[in-house]
Amino acid sequence: MGRTLFDKIWDTHRVAEATAGVALIAIDRIFLHERTGAAALKSMAAAGRPVHDPARVFAVMDHIVDTRIGRDDQTLMPGGQAFITETREAALAAGITLFDVTDRDQGIVHVISPEQGIVLPGVTLVAPDSHTCTQGAFGALAWGIGSSEAEHAMATGVLRLVRPGTMRVTFTGATQQGVTAKDMALALISRHGAGGGAGHVVEFAGEAVRGLDMEGRMTLCNMATEFSAMTGIIAPDAATYAYLAGRPYAPASFDAPHWSGLASDPGARFDREIEIEGSTLAPMISWGTSPEQAIPVDARIPQGPPRVHEYIGLEAGQFIAGTPIDAAFIGSCTNSRLSDLRRAAALLKGKRIAPSIRKALVVPGSMAVKRAAEAEGLDQTFIAAGFEWRNSGCSLCFYAGGEGFEPGSRTISSTNRNFEGRQGPGIRTHIASPEVVAASALAGAIADPRKVIAA
Amino acid sequence: MKPVSTITSPGVPLLIDNIDTDTIIPSREMRSTGRTGLADGLFAPWRYTDADKRINDPSFVLNQRDAIGTRLLLGGANFGCGSSREHAVWALAEFGIEAIIAPSFAPIFKSNCLRNGLLPVELPEEVVRELQWAMVTIDLPTQTVSASGKTWHFALDAEAKAMLLEGLDAIDLTLKHREAIAAWTEADRAARPWVYLEKRA
Ligand code: SF4
Repeated sequence: MGRTLFDKIWDTHRVAEATAGVALIAIDRIFLHERTGAAALKSMAAAGRPVHDPARVFAVMDHIVDTRIGRDDQTLMPGGQAFITETREAALAAGITLFDVTDRDQGIVHVISPEQGIVLPGVTLVAPDSHTCTQGAFGALAWGIGSSEAEHAMATGVLRLVRPGTMRVTFTGATQQGVTAKDMALALISRHGAGGGAGHVVEFAGEAVRGLDMEGRMTLCNMATEFSAMTGIIAPDAATYAYLAGRPYAPASFDAPHWSGLASDPGARFDREIEIEGSTLAPMISWGTSPEQAIPVDARIPQGPPRVHEYIGLEAGQFIAGTPIDAAFIGSCTNSRLSDLRRAAALLKGKRIAPSIRKALVVPGSMAVKRAAEAEGLDQTFIAAGFEWRNSGCSLCFYAGGEGFEPGSRTISSTNRNFEGRQGPGIRTHIASPEVVAASALAGAIADPRKVIAA
Repeated sequence: MKPVSTITSPGVPLLIDNIDTDTIIPSREMRSTGRTGLADGLFAPWRYTDADKRINDPSFVLNQRDAIGTRLLLGGANFGCGSSREHAVWALAEFGIEAIIAPSFAPIFKSNCLRNGLLPVELPEEVVRELQWAMVTIDLPTQTVSASGKTWHFALDAEAKAMLLEGLDAIDLTLKHREAIAAWTEADRAARPWVYLEKRA
């Protein structure tokens, strides 16, 4: 019987059976960030447990570090500096590789791991961060874990796992102009629920997925955790190898037979199958406080739980387009790569955002993305349009207690979570593609990017 | 980890689907790199009318008189979704919650519960609803929940159950397989040399 991509990676990494139904699965790569990294490393040190193989462990400063230009260890978040200095000390003591605050390769963990060629097809990669699934775009089994599990992986080189189920989500046909990977993810979650992928590894397949570049594939896999899947994964192909070639940590020569053999066999059986017709998709936007509460940007708001309508301040039945917004954010591990910035800048070029927008930020996913964008002049486009241009990091993807949006703001954001309070107490977040964010920032209200003519 | 066996407590209902870990413990309430000092921030957005001043919102269920000292929370579907922060479980445990009964849990949250001796029990939504404010007993050895003269069975994988019952440390258990891990690594290094990195200066 044919095996799926997941089955092949699982079988390769299966070290032993720990107890009935629980396998020890070898972990090839581990990432930490400063919000939880110091806690995990310090707790291991206190227990007298060394890191099993420091060469496969990396730490990143992205969550708490400021994104203001000229930043250092000081943070606007009260007490944030301790997270940075303690992670640095713990990383040094453990002998792991650190991408520090002022490193030229600093950036959001799920942006820099691929940029550095640290994630590779067929590897297992974990981090105490739910969006680790982003890296499944490379045909790796990459998933988010808790801090205790991170300690386990670092101390032993393996994790104890019950085999998850497999699901294939096939996007058939091609998508229309203006429809992006973000819209595919939101469409899936809105149709099948925020818990729809629980217990499964989701392989994304089909023409619309094959048609995505690596950055789009990362955006799609990024939202697998919003579907409660263990992770998302996409079979590696020529686009994958071309992206990775020449990256600092990628192998000098590609083990092509190993990698090309990873794709699911033609007869492979999945525990569940979902099919979505790509041509039916439209640019999406969330209207509520769960990513499943998302609709096409030209649709009317449906009836949801009363508490959600109350929090978000929108009634069922009204069109979402035209809802005035106060702030706009382009960034996060979902949509902060060069292609995201290019697409947003194309809509903004030569224009100004609405005067009613009180805060508008672009936060590149990595310092490398920032440099590449500046080389193309994208920074000038954003600044001329009225956006702030920042250093890279997670920034206002979440509210850490320091910098924030004005209380009660309605923000449009290229991030992945529209939870109550995610971007600050009382902040009403609408998540969407960078195109929808840019179009809405211009209009001062939620807008359909297909109606903005790129200059 | 403290062994878990039987828990008896009123079932305090928070029957909202998709409760996320940002709500259970907001980022701004995670003030140090440690695992403690989190109970005050538990459900801060819902629990306080003013989180900075810690002014209780009397309408929030955990602030109600009958909920004081509870060990058991009843939740909605996909409980604990969102961020992988283990702080959500540490905060619940520090607050005194020893078990959560919900129709389903988000996977990372569930695994974090198991690693910290907090019992995640999955039961159908109509059963969870029936348990509201009832005196509930969860018996881990028999995998049963009982209240008001009725008993329900719940599923839990054998390893998780054994580890909870005996309060075992997963790392210690895994390190017993040290030789198997070393042997696998040696064979893998030959099969997939490109995976293995040298530490750079
Ligand atoms: S950008 Fe946002 S979602 Fe991504 S890792 Fe950072 S905080 Fe998490």
